[in-house]
Amino acid sequence: MEKRVVFKNRVLPYILVAPQIVVTVLFFIWPASQALVQSFLQEDAFGTASAFVWFDNFADLFAGAEYLDSFRVTLTFSSAVAGAALSVALLLAVMADRALRSATVYKTLIIWPYAVAPVVAGVLWFFLFNPTVGMLAFFMKKAGLDWNHTLNGTQAMTLVIIAAAWREISYNFLFFLAGLQAIPHSFIEAAAIDGAGPWRRFWTIVFPLLSPTMFFLIVVNIVYAFFDTFGVIHAITRGGPNYATNILVYKVFNDGFINLDLGGSAAQSVMLMIVVITLTVVQFRFIERKVHY
Amino acid sequence: MKHLRNLRMALAVIAIMVLPGFAMAAPVTVNWWHAHGGALGEKVNEICDGFNKSQNQYQVVPTYKGNYSDTMNAGIAAFRAKTPPHILQVFEVGTATMMAAKGAIKPVYEVMKESGLPFDPGAYLPTVAGYYTTRDGKMLSMPFNSSTPVLYYNKDMFRKAGLDPEKPPISWPVLAEIAKKLVAAGVCKAGFSSAWNGWIQIENLSAWHNLPIGTKDNGFGGLDAVYTFNGPLQVKHFQQLADWQKEKIFVYGGRTNVGNAKFSSGEVAMYTESSAGYAGFKKTCQFDFGTAMLPYWPDVKGAPQNTIIGGASLWVLQGHKAADYKGVAAFFNYLSKPEVMADWHQATGYLPITLAAYELTRKQGFYAKNPGTETSLKQMTLHKPTENSKGLRFGDHAKTRDIMDNEFEAIFAGKKTAKQGLDDAVKAGNESLRKFEKANK
Repeated sequence: MEKRVVFKNRVLPYILVAPQIVVTVLFFIWPASQALVQSFLQEDAFGTASAFVWFDNFADLFAGAEYLDSFRVTLTFSSAVAGAALSVALLLAVMADRALRSATVYKTLIIWPYAVAPVVAGVLWFFLFNPTVGMLAFFMKKAGLDWNHTLNGTQAMTLVIIAAAWREISYNFLFFLAGLQAIPHSFIEAAAIDGAGPWRRFWTIVFPLLSPTMFFLIVVNIVYAFFDTFGVIHAITRGGPNYATNILVYKVFNDGFINLDLGGSAAQSVMLMIVVITLTVVQFRFIERKVHY
Repeated sequence: MKHLRNLRMALAVIAIMVLPGFAMAAPVTVNWWHAHGGALGEKVNEICDGFNKSQNQYQVVPTYKGNYSDTMNAGIAAFRAKTPPHILQVFEVGTATMMAAKGAIKPVYEVMKESGLPFDPGAYLPTVAGYYTTRDGKMLSMPFNSSTPVLYYNKDMFRKAGLDPEKPPISWPVLAEIAKKLVAAGVCKAGFSSAWNGWIQIENLSAWHNLPIGTKDNGFGGLDAVYTFNGPLQVKHFQQLADWQKEKIFVYGGRTNVGNAKFSSGEVAMYTESSAGYAGFKKTCQFDFGTAMLPYWPDVKGAPQNTIIGGASLWVLQGHKAADYKGVAAFFNYLSKPEVMADWHQATGYLPITLAAYELTRKQGFYAKNPGTETSLKQMTLHKPTENSKGLRFGDHAKTRDIMDNEFEAIFAGKKTAKQGLDDAVKAGNESLRKFEKANK
């Protein structure tokens, strides 16, 4: 028995995938190849003088400590953002799934932050934690904690992680909730009758059944943390203090669009592309094996 | 019926093809991309309106393109796509980048010469024009909005602490004494803070003490210049700032001018910020404040010299018809009129770029009515500018400012000494300069 759909018309399948291919070529392949070309060039901002320099831009990157340091910072930042966004979202989703009254209100409220653009979220958190006029900073100072993320690197990192994860929690929440609702109640009830407590039921039944959702979200969250967060950094810390929050994607933006070093910035984009492709391949090859569909 | 429709179509096509011919009689359009939003943007529109109404040959169309970096990027992208604006506003640290792009820009002195309109570089404030002029006196871009840092101080706090509100500190040691008294009297949490630390506490500190921040006349002499802002005075100044944090004489306010809230909310009593910040403080400060010249170190010979500017100038881009450049020249001519510049200066707190506009503002009694607004001008024109105090011209200087900010944070957090921090900043800055030199050979 052939389960696959078979197209009789030879042209139709190509027409059907054509829009997707056009979009991919236009918005991914073409810009990515432009970045690749640019990364081998050294030119002035206006492009009036351009020289092919082989791997000079890449060599420059690895000559200084700043770029390697940025890798370390990115690793901390990305894993913390993905970890925080996933765990908090899972907790909220499990709670909301069990809520009996006004469940819709909770859900709506939790989904709201996703409508806020990263840079706006950054500005919001910036004001809350502003050492001079911020509400939260004020209460922390009352409680004896000297909050000054303009000089304290650890505090700055904590702040940008919160700001970046906050928005992603809504997104994860939505998927977790859908995943939870797809789990048949009979499984859980059967386990309950067998005497399994809520904790045990969660880890032995719910969590494994959520693994496809979990896997999808891990991939999406890591890509988000790597690529989509420069707005947050730009609004809150600009990579400081003393490079403490200088993540790779912010450096790409800053070197390319603020400092106009197009070759260097393109070389960093290529590096970033390689990192994310590697990460995604690793995830699909090794983590996906543990996923039960 | 069908014939009639075809005829109509043909007529429409002909009309479309012929119409631009009629449009030739209409004024020549000059596009100006700028970085002034909000109230400043309205003022820019007002200036253009004034010019457009003053004659009927040219029409200047101002377009707001976002902040300085956005505007510069928009201009660069448009040039690469072969549809550049005629006039592009570029911030002062982008000067070297613009200069190096020889095929992309048309120097202002050339634009003015070709137009045949009267143009006297000597009419502009020397410290303003000097920033945008080559060593042999050729003006490359039109100065527009320039400012210089001054010291703002909270007069009410001075009174509460029993100090004379008309006696702001003139030197750094005096500032420290006053700060201690203010903090001891409990009127503020810390004595002073600063906006734009790279611009104010390095670049202007150096010019104010007649010291260079780099070789080759602060980069005016060529692309092979190197930074030298890790000299004894700069190191001493930053070590002092770092040490002063313990006694609450100084507190770090963050990058750019986010620290402005420290002054307007009364956390600090004194604050160094651009003279263009005056209007903002007038609006946000619920207290009486004054302005004073930047403090200096009295043990340095020749201090105080004069301060340098920040802000932006107008660059003319290549790729347009000769007639268009005549329009640009006519507009620059209008912009430099004393009435126009004096009005811009009085409305915004930016410097008047011509001596005549300065004179006119004084005659109108503006400075007498608004005490504190003349401080910046007095400070700029204190002495004839020297090689060290006429400005600076380093490639990708925006990047160096970023490097400085990062190192200052290490110094103020106690992770590095002032010497280590400034040495590292100079080293990283020089790497960036060499890269710029290589790309712009």
